Amino acid sequence: MTDPLLSVRNLRVTFATRQGEFQAVRGVGFDLGRERLGVVGESGSGKSMTGRAILGLVRPPGRVTADRMELEGQSILNLSERKMRRIRGSRISMVMQDPKFSLNPVMTIGDQIIEAYRLHAGGAKGQARQKALDMLAAVQIREPERVMAAYPHEMSGGMGQRIMIAMMLAPDPEILIADEPTSALDVSVRTEVLNILDRLVRDRGMGLIFISHDLNLVAQFCDRVLIMYAGRIVETLSARTLHEARHPYTQGLLNSLPRLDAPVDRLPVLPRQDSWRDGGPVGESLETDLPGGL
Amino acid sequence: MLTVENLDVWFGFPPDRVDAVRSADFSVAQGESFGLVGESGSGKSTILRAIAGLIDSWSGRIEVAGRSVTGDRRDRAFYKTVQMVFQDPYASLHPRHSVDAVLSEALRLQGMDDIDNRIQRLLDDVGLGRGFRFRYPHQLSGGQRQRVAIARALAGEPRLLLLDEPTSALDVSVQAEILNLLADLRAEHRLTYLMVSHDLAVVGHMCDRLAVMQHGRIVEVMTVDALRQGAARQDYTRHLIHASAGYERV
Repeated sequence: MTDPLLSVRNLRVTFATRQGEFQAVRGVGFDLGRERLGVVGESGSGKSMTGRAILGLVRPPGRVTADRMELEGQSILNLSERKMRRIRGSRISMVMQDPKFSLNPVMTIGDQIIEAYRLHAGGAKGQARQKALDMLAAVQIREPERVMAAYPHEMSGGMGQRIMIAMMLAPDPEILIADEPTSALDVSVRTEVLNILDRLVRDRGMGLIFISHDLNLVAQFCDRVLIMYAGRIVETLSARTLHEARHPYTQGLLNSLPRLDAPVDRLPVLPRQDSWRDGGPVGESLETDLPGGL
Repeated sequence: MLTVENLDVWFGFPPDRVDAVRSADFSVAQGESFGLVGESGSGKSTILRAIAGLIDSWSGRIEVAGRSVTGDRRDRAFYKTVQMVFQDPYASLHPRHSVDAVLSEALRLQGMDDIDNRIQRLLDDVGLGRGFRFRYPHQLSGGQRQRVAIARALAGEPRLLLLDEPTSALDVSVQAEILNLLADLRAEHRLTYLMVSHDLAVVGHMCDRLAVMQHGRIVEVMTVDALRQGAARQDYTRHLIHASAGYERV
């Protein structure tokens, strides 16, 4: 077995509040190989916070602790901002949910991609420009020249998200963290964006962490799925066996979705149990099993 | 209950005029639940807003409970018949008004008496306990807020509810609760629903019939049974059904 790209053990993110300490992430551990790893949970389950903690984006008063957080054997836990900047963007990148808020509205798209690329890779402007055009072509933007000169408000949501992906991929990162990359998109555009991500993972051997609330989508798209509840991983599944989920929370999530092919009169609601907060995870061991392409 | 004929809605003036809805036709019977589905920009929410009187630039005919409406002026009787629930429960409640203030204002505007008891009943109707009456929106979860928004819509005992993506800002387990609540309320109060959603499965669950929209036009009106059996007649509908089914690796 190859060494994992990213290895996380006992990750905790803590916020001090007036009511005492609040842990948004409570002891999360996983290994990421060259695969598509899905992280699923409802709002407040800590899935986005996990992604942000890996990138060192949790700001004080938030505190990140972990027994281990290693990128290819090298610890990236609580690095200084300067050192983190060398990793963030160039080795681990992130695509956020809404392209409207992640693109600079007063800069042309070309300038933004060129800026992001040169920040990490340096090089001459002409070369960076060529790279930006290549990246836009890689995410299947039809007229890259025109798009380079355009401003973000001239783009649709799907275009914006593809541009974000292009920008994040320009420095050739090893890991891409995609935080709800398709939630703001229409279903037909969603398929295109997922196809692009899928191809990039396959062709470049990238590791992808796909954060989403959409359990079915993740199961169809990813190789392996972590289910989070109240800041902890309650179940790890290989995506193909999602429908054999054993944890009542995972089962409840699956059942509460209306389905076109299986109509019901009433949707089953999810009775939450306190024991889920602290019970151990069910499923395969987190430490070893890395199905899919290793 | 609701008839829409040859509805055009536009924004702006030539040469920048955008035709958001083009010759839309459909009708919703008393007690029926009708869905409008389509992708963003297809004009589905615009139809709802034109009916509710939030847009004045439209032409065609909108008839609610046998009475035609014009422009963006609506009388009291209209708002007693028709109410709307919006997508984002975080934006549609005033952050400094308690649940009690929100509901009593709605009741007073509808000319109701016995407000104290009615608030109690509204809260019971939407499954919120008495403990919620004096809370502020920031003390409520998304699902609870949407329940308050639904209670507010029910204050005037309307007959037609316009639902604009009522669950798309919510988690799936909360979505299930709200959809169940809406189904119960429809049965109890014999309501008519016009529901906008981008989620075919949600519309399939809630509605009897639906209209599929693309680029401002209704491309197909079909029953949910036909939808389930894959009996869509238009390519676009089939494409939408296929894309909604999830992701297939190519």
